Amino acid sequence: MSKSLLIISRQAPWSGPAAREALDIVLAGGAFDLPIGLLFMDDGVFQLMPGQNAKALQQKDLTANLQALSLFGIDALYACADSLADRGIFPTQVAGEDLEVLTAEELGALVNRYDQVITL
Amino acid sequence: MKFAIALFSAPHAPSSRRALLFAQAALAGGHEIVRLFFYQDGVHSASSSVVTPQDEQDLPRQWADFVSEHQLDGVVCIAAALRRGVLDDEEAQRYQRSAVNLTAPWALSGLGQLHDAVQAADRLICFGGP
Repeated sequence: MSKSLLIISRQAPWSGPAAREALDIVLAGGAFDLPIGLLFMDDGVFQLMPGQNAKALQQKDLTANLQALSLFGIDALYACADSLADRGIFPTQVAGEDLEVLTAEELGALVNRYDQVITL
Repeated sequence: MKFAIALFSAPHAPSSRRALLFAQAALAGGHEIVRLFFYQDGVHSASSSVVTPQDEQDLPRQWADFVSEHQLDGVVCIAAALRRGVLDDEEAQRYQRSAVNLTAPWALSGLGQLHDAVQAADRLICFGGP
């Protein structure tokens, strides 16, 4: 059986290439049909915000890639409840079909469930 | 134990030094390194263009020597490398760039190699990141 991998994405979408590069690992894993989870934590939760204007920053829009995750078979998506609350974001603002908002305690259990973890 | 080692930080970051020390200690302890995978700013540690002042540790040189000596599989993510101007001969020609700064023992390849290493290893050890 394939080993499972959790990617923890902690960078804001427009703070550099880190958010995109974390997502690229997820998409590559999906292409190989591997069991991949993606957790948005700290500033990484900003990636989930609707209404981003990438053009104003002369950047490419990342949110389209996020929406493509299900096409790659990635449906294990998580967000850290504390990270959302610290930034004044209501879970309803970022609710997606596959997104699960987890408490600190649940996060611990999540990380334990995965064989390997990459934090970017 | 079989280790896969991923490096995400630039050569001058302390975590990059720790990565090399860890890799050396792993082999010295009789463990196996299935692959080194350099991603994000970690790709700069595979660049032959880095010039370190004489009285400082030349980490890219030390990595290359270490990988050569132990005949390790040193893989540099091609997308991350291209973005940061780390090119082997083939890519420099493809994109018509004048400088080649990635040579043996390093190889450019895709993120599939990271996933492959994750599957092959007992432990994935990451250095760098936020």
